[in-house]
Amino acid sequence: MKNDLKDLSNPEKCHGAVSIANQDIGSLKPMLKSMLLIRKAEQHLALGRKNGLIGGPVHLGVGQEAIAVGISQNLKSTDYIFGAHRSHSHLLALNPDFYRLFAEVLGKETGFSKGMGGSMHLYDQQNGFYGSVPIVAGTVALALGAAIAAKLQETDHIGLAYIGDGAVEEGVVHESFNLAKIQDAPMLFVIENNLFASHMNISLRQPSDMISRFAVANDIPYKLVDGNDVVAIAKASKELIDDIRSGKGPALIELVTYRWYGHVDWRDDVDVGVERSLDDIENWRKRDPIKRLSKAMIDAEMWSQNQEVDLNNELEESMKSAWDKAMSDPYPSSDATLKYVYAESKNDS
Amino acid sequence: MTVKKHNYGTAILAAFEYLLEKYPEVFVIGQGLWSPWYVGNSMTDLDKKFGIKRIIDTPVSESACTGAAVGASLAGMKPIVVHPRMDFMLYAIDPIVNQAAKWSHMFGGQAHPGATIRCIINRGGEQGAQHSQALHAWFAHVPGLRVVMPSTVSDARDLLIASVLCKDPVMYIDDRWLYEQEDDLSPVVELDLLSQRPMITQDGSDITIVSSGHTSLLAREAAKQLDSKNISAEVIDIRILNPLDADVIINSVKKTRRFLVIDSGWLSGGFSAEIIAKVLEKLPVDSLLIPPVRMALPDAPAPTSRVLEKDYYISTNDIVKRATDLF
Ligand SMILES: Cc1ncc(C[n+]2csc(CCOP(=O)(O)OP(=O)(O)O)c2C)c(N)n1
Ligand SMILES: [Mg+2]
Repeated sequence: MKNDLKDLSNPEKCHGAVSIANQDIGSLKPMLKSMLLIRKAEQHLALGRKNGLIGGPVHLGVGQEAIAVGISQNLKSTDYIFGAHRSHSHLLALNPDFYRLFAEVLGKETGFSKGMGGSMHLYDQQNGFYGSVPIVAGTVALALGAAIAAKLQETDHIGLAYIGDGAVEEGVVHESFNLAKIQDAPMLFVIENNLFASHMNISLRQPSDMISRFAVANDIPYKLVDGNDVVAIAKASKELIDDIRSGKGPALIELVTYRWYGHVDWRDDVDVGVERSLDDIENWRKRDPIKRLSKAMIDAEMWSQNQEVDLNNELEESMKSAWDKAMSDPYPSSDATLKYVYAESKNDS
Repeated sequence: MTVKKHNYGTAILAAFEYLLEKYPEVFVIGQGLWSPWYVGNSMTDLDKKFGIKRIIDTPVSESACTGAAVGASLAGMKPIVVHPRMDFMLYAIDPIVNQAAKWSHMFGGQAHPGATIRCIINRGGEQGAQHSQALHAWFAHVPGLRVVMPSTVSDARDLLIASVLCKDPVMYIDDRWLYEQEDDLSPVVELDLLSQRPMITQDGSDITIVSSGHTSLLAREAAKQLDSKNISAEVIDIRILNPLDADVIINSVKKTRRFLVIDSGWLSGGFSAEIIAKVLEKLPVDSLLIPPVRMALPDAPAPTSRVLEKDYYISTNDIVKRATDLF
């Protein structure tokens, strides 16, 4: 494999504080808080799964929080955002309602998908989240279709799909790149390149570790960014999204990152990961998107260790009570299985 | 207590080992093969024993991998393409349905893509709509595609070997809910897939229960419980869904005059209807004492929430109850 990502994929690089030049606390703190919230929520899910309280699989994105948070700074609730199997962060970055996420993952009626989807099928249209599903690449063309609709309707809304480095291996993604370009669709392809698809390192799956090469092939403008630098992600995606909204057609942003847990659930999966090592995980933990931002803010004296402790405690407390509430919420009623199959049916009362 | 040497999963593994050892033209391609936690114990260490040239782990590209298996079979190989979940295989419908299944016929019988498509029904565990489907009825609808569903430990091994040795494209469907079953295995005898047909796994006289794959396991368990209620059930495991030879079932129904069909797919347009139609069209109208009964999944995608999931799937008790109600 060609290592075109260079330092970006080298776990020993990019450990330092991120650059916050020209940024103020007003824009940085919400991003820090959002990342912390996502991390803590996912750590709750990891624990719930480990303790057997969660019955279904959870695909955690701990370590990758900067991507959804950075991108979402530039999204509107009128956009069309689609996710995949690892989408807790995609949704929480748009709507921090972790209580409804917990309820959904526990299969409760009060969840984001009314308890019908669990962790892998999330929905929150009011905030622009049009669905996440676990068939890899299953939503990419759908997001493109929403983008085409937005264009036909003469709005400035955009379609957006979160796409893993593994998802890029599905043919439909390439059909979508081509179709998006030829249609000048207002579409942002967000590539979350965490260098793995389940157990397999990208070096065993693709001839180059850089997904942006497909943007080049389709004449789509792109940016390749450190996926653990939330400030850089917010900035780069703003430029692309502004262009998309102003009618310049699709764009792609590739964010290089790493997941700290294994493919599914709470283990590190060093044993099942082909070319995944504890050393790598340790080094990637040093590229922690949260610590790198918080350090920059503390160094600039706009944030303090104490404030961070307070924020942590505050989140921890509200999460505990959200979890308890979700645990005691009702399951869907037994008619739910048949009730939602069609929009309506003749014998609905 | 005798020690059972095999379970359903290791029986599949034994088939892979047999084929890879004996036939150099066999190779395996699919996702997860170098770390096969996806597929239970059915493919453990094949990469180490037979090398990564013949045990090919792949990018997330079901369509290309399946098409490649079909193409390799045209060039003299005996490929097995593995889909850890049937749901993922839906990206590969074209090479299966439009290409492999049609190839022999379109070219006047001059070429036969003998690829084996192994896919797994893998459901439960609150995984929901896209990780649970049992779509055997769809595929059994397609002429040119042989569809095999082993339900016993010995069939798990022997029908995989027969599928791979068959000249035609074969879809071999196993079910993760069968993997715990244990049994002894006798030495391999290569079976001719074309002479395999539905099999009576328990003789009986009061009711015929027909099923495939996981529901055959449930049916066998239910039959034991029915025995203790003095209901003698004849249990038939379909095994080969396409082409379907219904003679065994017809003869059984003639005898028992009660007919219960159980299927792990959805009810409407499902395989249970095909079984009943194939049997009843060959019998006089007054053959049955009561109308035939179907048990299958409700016509809805699989829910995730545990309470709904529990109701959604068929249990042994459901079968016992339904069968008892017919008397
Ligand atoms: C069509 C399909 N094929 C295979 C799978 C199994 N699977 C689930 S996630 C995954 C890896 C996806 O990798 P990537 O897109 O990089 O996302 P990541 O898990 O790294 O977030 C695979 C192979 C699936 N769910 N759907
Ligand atoms: Mg990945």
